[in-house]
Amino acid sequence: MSELTELTIAEARDGLVNRKFSSVELTDVHIRAVEAARDLNAFVTETLDLAIERAKASDDRRAKGKPAGGMDGIPIAVKDLFCTEGVLTTASSHILDGFIPPYESTVSQNLRDAGSVMLGKTNMDEFAMGSANVTSFYGAVKNPWYVNDGKDRVPGGSSGGSAAAVAANISLGAAGSDTGGSIRQPASFCGVVGMKPTYGRCSRWGMVAFASSLDQAGPLTRTVRDAAIMLQAMAGHDSKDSTSSTEPVPNFEASITGEIKGLKIGIPSEYRIDGMSSEIEGLWSQGVEMLKDAGAEPLEVSLPHTKYALPTYYIVAPAEASSNLARYDGVRYGLRVDAETLDEMYETTRGEGFGQEVRRRIMMGAYVLSAGYYDAYYVKAQKLRTLILKDFSDAFKKVDAILTPTTPFAAFAIGEKMDDPVQMYINDVFTVPSSLAGLPAITVPAGLSNEGLPLGLHLITKPFGEETLFCVADVLENLVSFHTKPAYLSKDAR
Amino acid sequence: MALDEATVRKIAKLARIKVPENEVPTLAEELSKIIEWIEQLNEVDTENVTPMTSMAEMVMPKRADKVTDGNYPDRVLSNAPNPEGPFYTVPKVIE
Repeated sequence: MSELTELTIAEARDGLVNRKFSSVELTDVHIRAVEAARDLNAFVTETLDLAIERAKASDDRRAKGKPAGGMDGIPIAVKDLFCTEGVLTTASSHILDGFIPPYESTVSQNLRDAGSVMLGKTNMDEFAMGSANVTSFYGAVKNPWYVNDGKDRVPGGSSGGSAAAVAANISLGAAGSDTGGSIRQPASFCGVVGMKPTYGRCSRWGMVAFASSLDQAGPLTRTVRDAAIMLQAMAGHDSKDSTSSTEPVPNFEASITGEIKGLKIGIPSEYRIDGMSSEIEGLWSQGVEMLKDAGAEPLEVSLPHTKYALPTYYIVAPAEASSNLARYDGVRYGLRVDAETLDEMYETTRGEGFGQEVRRRIMMGAYVLSAGYYDAYYVKAQKLRTLILKDFSDAFKKVDAILTPTTPFAAFAIGEKMDDPVQMYINDVFTVPSSLAGLPAITVPAGLSNEGLPLGLHLITKPFGEETLFCVADVLENLVSFHTKPAYLSKDAR
Repeated sequence: MALDEATVRKIAKLARIKVPENEVPTLAEELSKIIEWIEQLNEVDTENVTPMTSMAEMVMPKRADKVTDGNYPDRVLSNAPNPEGPFYTVPKVIE
């Protein structure tokens, strides 16, 4: 559509600094990209007037020689679970109909303070519960990647709209959130970079809660450097979130040195799951070889409790969700379905307001927390979590980072894997363990499936080791040199 | 353990979610499958394992017990369905 939509954040930043173009010009071409790509359904709400207003303010700041921060004038998209002052926030749920927050989430405020320009609020799985962006009340998002078989692919989820927007050159970056893989899996399905920082790096204040001990915000971008720039703007201590870390935030971009000689990279044998496809295995071995050629030392490591991570997650996450989502009662905001009694009003509002997957998970959570079952399920799962964390801590005594595939397969067609919830849950088999342990992780596009759809490689490191991740991921990105564009971008109409 | 239909109705009630009667059998089947799948955790001996309570070893931060926010009922009520004056409204709960 325009050369300006093909820029990375780093390139756009340089262009703005050197006055090659203004933020208004840059934002304007992105607004046209948003309008031209409405068929992807990547946005729940477009904030195009607001974007122009913020772009003008950015240009004014720059003209006065006082740019705001590291992302001044950069157009981005924001997942629709960050509360945005005066802008509809739905978490893609019917139950949040008409909800206009009178406040701004810390992460989106940080992005505003850094000068970025919000183009709109991106579509997602309802309350971030899903791996295909098909549970949204606002309809499925289409992956800009497809092959010539007439089937639209899912963008992954839950940050599916964010991933699709970045992949289709609609926005230069997007804010997402990851509970069990919700940034990394869609990034992998859409051929972009997705980063989940250490639990506590980004404030959860003002983020619509799903599972509070797992939820963590992070960036989706087209390059590793861009992820470092964007995380820099998002991260930081916040006294409004009691789990927000006071750990100092380093200069993430400075960690990209191109130098990984002597670093030890763990290859966990337990991630070679039953029935792993040869294309995923091939991609993984290729990644190992590349890092080895760059001077890193690959080492086999063992994470013995890996196979228990998914079932553990599907106790912890629904339990916390059932508690968090108790707030949607039809009294204070969002949808209300009137009824005779208070209890009936709660039940009808929640019955109509929540979609099928959300209802199922809330009920699952209510069951595992109910009297007599708490120890058997929730406490058991929290014990497993201790063991999973210990697996990682032991491994990180020997290695600096761990390399795995991001997903067990490439993007599937919309409507597939819907019959059995457990089949859908398998999507997150490689991303859930690091979520349970609160560890930072990143996915980098690393190749194409036999069908021609993108696949990602996934790096995990120890708590607050984001610098190692950015450094290794950047080296991997350069070696892979993934430059294929989604089919959507070569469409004649564009 | 399989979840029977009575249990599904009970947890729907606990979760305050109205579930149409014709969806109860499907839900019982789906939830049973998930429960069966998560019960593989029973093969792990966790006798002497401490349940994880926090990601990082950190002490819960505390602040002074002072009012730091408030006094804008209009903003608080701005999203309320059918508010009346400075109040939320609910169906009558006292006979």
